[in-house]
Amino acid sequence: MTTINLNGRSVTVDMPDDTPLLWALRDGLEMTGTKFGCGIAMCGACTVHVDGQPTRSCVTPLSAVAGKRITTIESVGEARVGATVQAAWQKLDVVQCGYCQSGQIMSATALLASNPKPTDADIDAAMSGNVCRCATYVRIRAAIHDAAKSLA
Amino acid sequence: MNAPHIAGALTRRHFLKVGAAATGGLLLELSLPGAQAFAALDSGQPLAPNAFIRIARDGTVTLVMHKVEMGQGTYTSLPQLLAEELEVSLDSVRLEHAPPDNARYADPMLGAQITGGSTSIRSSWTPLREAGATARELLIRAAAKTWDADPAQLRARNGEVFHPTQRKSLRYGELVDIAATLPVPEKVALKDAKDFRLVGKPVKRLDGPGKVNGTAAFGLDTLRPGMKIASVAASPVFGGTLAGIDEAAALKVPGVRQVVKLENAVAVVADHTWAAKQGLAACAPRWHEGAHAGLDLAQVTSQLEQASLQPGAVAHRAGDAGAVLAGASRRVDAVYHSPFLAHATMEPVNCTVEVKNGEVDIWVGTQVPVIAQGVAAGVAGVATEKVRIHNHLLGGGFGRRLEVDFIAQAVAIAKQVRAPVKVVWSREEDVQHDMYRPYYVDRLSAALDDKGMPVAWTHRIAGSSIMARFFPPAFKDGVDPDAVDGAVELPYALPAMQVEFLRVEPPGIPTAFWRGVGPTRNGFVVEGFIDELAAAAGQDPVAYRRALIKDARARAVLDLAAQKASWDTPRPPRKGVRGGRGVALMHVFGSYIAQVAEVEVNDDGEVRVVRMTCAIDCGFAVNPDTVAAQMEGGIVFGLSAALWGEVKIANGRVQQSNFHDYRVMRMNDMPRIDVHVVPSAEAPGGAGEPGTSLAIPALANAVFAATGTRIRALPIGEQLQKA
Repeated sequence: MTTINLNGRSVTVDMPDDTPLLWALRDGLEMTGTKFGCGIAMCGACTVHVDGQPTRSCVTPLSAVAGKRITTIESVGEARVGATVQAAWQKLDVVQCGYCQSGQIMSATALLASNPKPTDADIDAAMSGNVCRCATYVRIRAAIHDAAKSLA
Repeated sequence: MNAPHIAGALTRRHFLKVGAAATGGLLLELSLPGAQAFAALDSGQPLAPNAFIRIARDGTVTLVMHKVEMGQGTYTSLPQLLAEELEVSLDSVRLEHAPPDNARYADPMLGAQITGGSTSIRSSWTPLREAGATARELLIRAAAKTWDADPAQLRARNGEVFHPTQRKSLRYGELVDIAATLPVPEKVALKDAKDFRLVGKPVKRLDGPGKVNGTAAFGLDTLRPGMKIASVAASPVFGGTLAGIDEAAALKVPGVRQVVKLENAVAVVADHTWAAKQGLAACAPRWHEGAHAGLDLAQVTSQLEQASLQPGAVAHRAGDAGAVLAGASRRVDAVYHSPFLAHATMEPVNCTVEVKNGEVDIWVGTQVPVIAQGVAAGVAGVATEKVRIHNHLLGGGFGRRLEVDFIAQAVAIAKQVRAPVKVVWSREEDVQHDMYRPYYVDRLSAALDDKGMPVAWTHRIAGSSIMARFFPPAFKDGVDPDAVDGAVELPYALPAMQVEFLRVEPPGIPTAFWRGVGPTRNGFVVEGFIDELAAAAGQDPVAYRRALIKDARARAVLDLAAQKASWDTPRPPRKGVRGGRGVALMHVFGSYIAQVAEVEVNDDGEVRVVRMTCAIDCGFAVNPDTVAAQMEGGIVFGLSAALWGEVKIANGRVQQSNFHDYRVMRMNDMPRIDVHVVPSAEAPGGAGEPGTSLAIPALANAVFAATGTRIRALPIGEQLQKA
């Protein structure tokens, strides 16, 4: 039994302590917005926020997040930065297949929350852990800059 | 998957039928051809509808179709075509995956159920607009009947028919039941392009909102009451079989419910993924490695090299290239190698199946619902109509989801489980049990005249025929029409030319289509070799191509790409790097496309792609922003493959396993990309694949320009570190 603060609510998960947060979310809590891509923190599709920090949920055991504040794609739009990022994504029509975009948006939101005016180098550093096989990177970069302007 | 011969226009009676919907309202049934290579088009067969348009009494318009959305934007561009002629707003069109109603979808016309080959727009361009126009005309006539008016006086706009002078109007929903009783008009007028409000405009993707808020449903997101999760391991050696497992150890893992043994794989079924994965590790499968236990990549390549010394089946012949070459005073010869490639879609392979009471339900993302249904029925031992396919958005296709190997496996597992079971491959399983873009060896020769221009060209392609397995009727007289696509019809005038194909299947290694299919490899080879000829002639690569071009549209995209890339302005030198630009030009998938790559190579031989410039004439662009997006993404898909893409085989096993050793482009690798979509009124061409096909040769040619090293084998990888 692990209790976490998930999207503003206290939630108890009845799964082994070593279960990666990703599978607790997807299988245990049936929240499928967070995606499985590689299982070894190499693609970023499973990115969530743990106490505001972008975190790869596929390698983060439940025991490491007990009592912590977790935000997923399902609620990231409830705060201003996340909502602005999602709006920029739509304004520039970033998505293609869309599978990786939950993770992209979580990483981009974490970046903008800590760095309101990221440079291209900042974007490279924050976003290079998120793979997109459709290669929507051109528009992801543009959308982050666009969101930064909207937030300024 | 590109068809060399595109069938002529259909007559309307072959693809359109109108009547009343079972639930009330107007129903149009139509047939949208799939990839042309598979479609028995206009064969005089009765209508085999595969798309449906329902206009309900509340005015909602629903387009039900088999074409799948895998990122390419069809779920936006196809409704654009319909909404334009039907005179409704785009957001009033609802889209549904083809329903699990197999009486309708069990038609043997294989081609009608495939999404691939950059064909969705090309094959739907006319039928969907005509269907929209037919419905519009019927609704106008229904209003005319109601008002006892002349239909020619009435107009349709924004979901209503109105009488311009009498200032009255009726909503479509009020007219559908009358419209359903009217005869189908013999002829309908399509709108003139200048009157388009939606088509040709960069409208926003309809699938955008769900994909930014996490609600978009992919196959892997399937949840069913009582559902179990299965982790699976197939024989790591191609063709191997399961020898034994420690079932008790697997069952000791809390949450593990069952172990399912297949001939060549084992699946551990559990309450959740983590338990299933741990159970799979605990059961420690042992394997009979079989005939391919000693297989190494070197055996495959030497087999292909040897085979390619022999003549192949002639795919194209003009003049007597062999004779010209034999008498040539100057010739250029080259051998090109293209590696096995994995698809590595972001959504790993998965399939959810429930077998119950002789019926099978399948939740999956597939490009081929009918093939999936047939294969599932065979494995489950039930009639085809007992299988329901619940299709989903695809988390990437690239050709992987044209295959049904994983669906057959999931059904075989589910047959033994008394619950719905979601079979999920790990990324490692996904990479090591993919069906791979085949390894090919291409052998080319050209004779040059005294000005350095080619007077003869021969090209022999040796490798797997995917078509011979996937759609045997297309493999005729020893020629795979896809494997030679992009090699036989060049945009260049070559007086004597011969292209041959040799089918050589790699032992045990499954092969499949991969984005850009034949043209992606032929682009690398043909455009690389043309570049070699330009270099041999001592000529500028753009000028040399320009002198050979026989088609104004090809010349226009080449000139545009060269101009936008500042081809004629030398790159300013930068300390510590060697820079260069490379060009490539093709006419594939019905589109003309040219790209210029600009690269820098540092002293360690590392390649950095600085900039990609792309000019595309894909005919009329239904959604220019989607075309640009497909170029941006397709280019980078090609760059990943050209720089690093390679599946190696040792001891019968795939050596790569995940994104750490199957490297793909990331944000920090990205070049600047400029896409120029040429305005055109020509019939639409394809956009999903050509971007990939061109990026590879443009990059390889740029590396040559920068370093003098000709890239004849992919990936570029560490080749320049030895140079």
